[in-house]
Amino acid sequence: MNNNWLVIRPKRFPFSFRVERRVPYVLLALGVVTLAAMVISVGQGEYSIPPLDVVKTILGIETGNADYGFIVNTLRLPRAIAAFLVGVGLAIAGTITQGITRNPLAAPGIIGVNAGASLAAVTLLILLPAAPVSALPAAAFGGALTVALLIYLLAWQGGSSPVRLILIGIGFKLIASALTNLMITFGEINRVSQALVWLEGSVYGRSWEEVGALLPWLLVFGSLALLMGRELNALNLGDEVARGLGTRVEWRQGLLLLCSVALAGASVATAGAIGFVGLMAPHLGRKLVGASHEGLLPTAAMMGGMIVVLADLLGQLLFAPTEIPCGTITAAVGAPFFIYLLIAIR
Amino acid sequence: MNQPRHSTHRLETKQLTLGYDGAPIILDLNLAIPAGKITVLVGPNGCGKSTLLRGLARLLKPRRGKVYLDGADIFKLSTKAVAKRLGMLPQSPTAPKELTVRDLVAQGRYPHQNWLQQWSKEDEQMVEQALATTGMTQLADRTVDTLSGGQRQRAWLAMALAQDTEILLLDEPTTFLDLAHQMEILDLLDELNERQKRTIVIVLHDLNQACRYADYLVAVREGQVHVQGTPEEVITEETVREVFEVESRIMPDPVAGTPMCIPVGRKGKVSDRA
Repeated sequence: MNNNWLVIRPKRFPFSFRVERRVPYVLLALGVVTLAAMVISVGQGEYSIPPLDVVKTILGIETGNADYGFIVNTLRLPRAIAAFLVGVGLAIAGTITQGITRNPLAAPGIIGVNAGASLAAVTLLILLPAAPVSALPAAAFGGALTVALLIYLLAWQGGSSPVRLILIGIGFKLIASALTNLMITFGEINRVSQALVWLEGSVYGRSWEEVGALLPWLLVFGSLALLMGRELNALNLGDEVARGLGTRVEWRQGLLLLCSVALAGASVATAGAIGFVGLMAPHLGRKLVGASHEGLLPTAAMMGGMIVVLADLLGQLLFAPTEIPCGTITAAVGAPFFIYLLIAIR
Repeated sequence: MNQPRHSTHRLETKQLTLGYDGAPIILDLNLAIPAGKITVLVGPNGCGKSTLLRGLARLLKPRRGKVYLDGADIFKLSTKAVAKRLGMLPQSPTAPKELTVRDLVAQGRYPHQNWLQQWSKEDEQMVEQALATTGMTQLADRTVDTLSGGQRQRAWLAMALAQDTEILLLDEPTTFLDLAHQMEILDLLDELNERQKRTIVIVLHDLNQACRYADYLVAVREGQVHVQGTPEEVITEETVREVFEVESRIMPDPVAGTPMCIPVGRKGKVSDRA
């Protein structure tokens, strides 16, 4: 009757689910590209390692080179995984904010949520350098949440226009960046240099410790977000229709916003502000699998992971041996994309 | 969905006062919506008819008074329980542009689903039926932004039908449509009411269309029900003057026999004098 949906409806369990038919294939394709890019990325560096040996080393198969284990598993693999996870987090965060605001421009990076996270994280790095790595996501979450709440209070209510939300968000972004600069100007020099590397938006030198600090946030809030696809669909039709369909609008919006802010904050805490991923990934996802969030959320997540992994790989390859932070690459692609969207919605 | 069912649900307001920030828009209003009938709300711009509809749909919390659904305070019922019995289509809703018609219509099943049952056999059947009823089956795989105004309105109506509620509230469903599409939507609602005995409440601007399709007509003026009853009872030269502040002549509609209101206006006065 309908060939566009893949319906899962086992006879024995009271369970049913539907998703756009293309979703599994798209996820598979994105996954393959991401894995390939990760393997090449891990092989890159001063000490280059052939892809096959990278795979062997990761899987624990003997390669005949005793150094590979340390280089791959300890030095480079956490970086590639961090890139993927950060992309996933930013993309889900962006899909949620675009969905609940019904605004194609409302990604956490654009409306200043990421800048709030950066400010809080830089403050922590400079004022309390002794704080453990796991405190960074929590601080970033606090900063992100503060900006998100301010925007909610000032720009969200009363059917505000898409552009108004963006303008107020950009205002907050500038304020947060100014305060971040203040921190950097007056902070102690060694601590500042550490913060600066991080601010560029880079996964350079990320260790398992940072991956470990990010993972719980991603698992908890990422899964919660994936479970709320239907709610996001309803909210995407507007508050009135959503409420008419039986959604508890404020409560669901709040919960989704919390997920978005937590994911954005934790991602920024891990890799600094890698811009425009939360903006681009949902748009590309919608082009591939449509606007239904059951399929869009995982697709955008995978897309975000792929974007950051590819950006990181490009950053390593373009001017090797000099590395460019992956945030610079995503900005170079993302900024024109943002301008295109800005023109398209008018 | 095709077998007739007898609506037992009733929607009533008692001393209902509604408003946003400023002065109340609806004041101490008592109204009972007849079950299984088409009720049309008419009135001048800003009289509060859309606000009243939002209040009836539980979208607006009353300042005072209550809305009763089957005798129970509608605000004491859960959002989902209300959504299973009462569907509401706001004025010119908007859908995300990549959404297909079928995806949109499937949203109507939201109140019948939960985290485990997200797409039951019944959901699928109701969506296909709603598409068929509104004549949208052929267009089901198109995205909503590629449709014409009339098709889009039918798609939204299909969503409301898929919700499978016995009460359906519609806020100016014919706005921005040309005459042919206006008639198409109203005929469809009339058919739904006749075949399935759904209780339908519509806000309409066109008095003659209101008379043609309403079993029960409610004229709202300054937040109060001015007159209510059959179109014949409500539409008189006197009430049109009082409610709309327009001089008019009333005569039977040559097609349906229902009252037809001809506004006099300046041109009319000129020819009167001649």
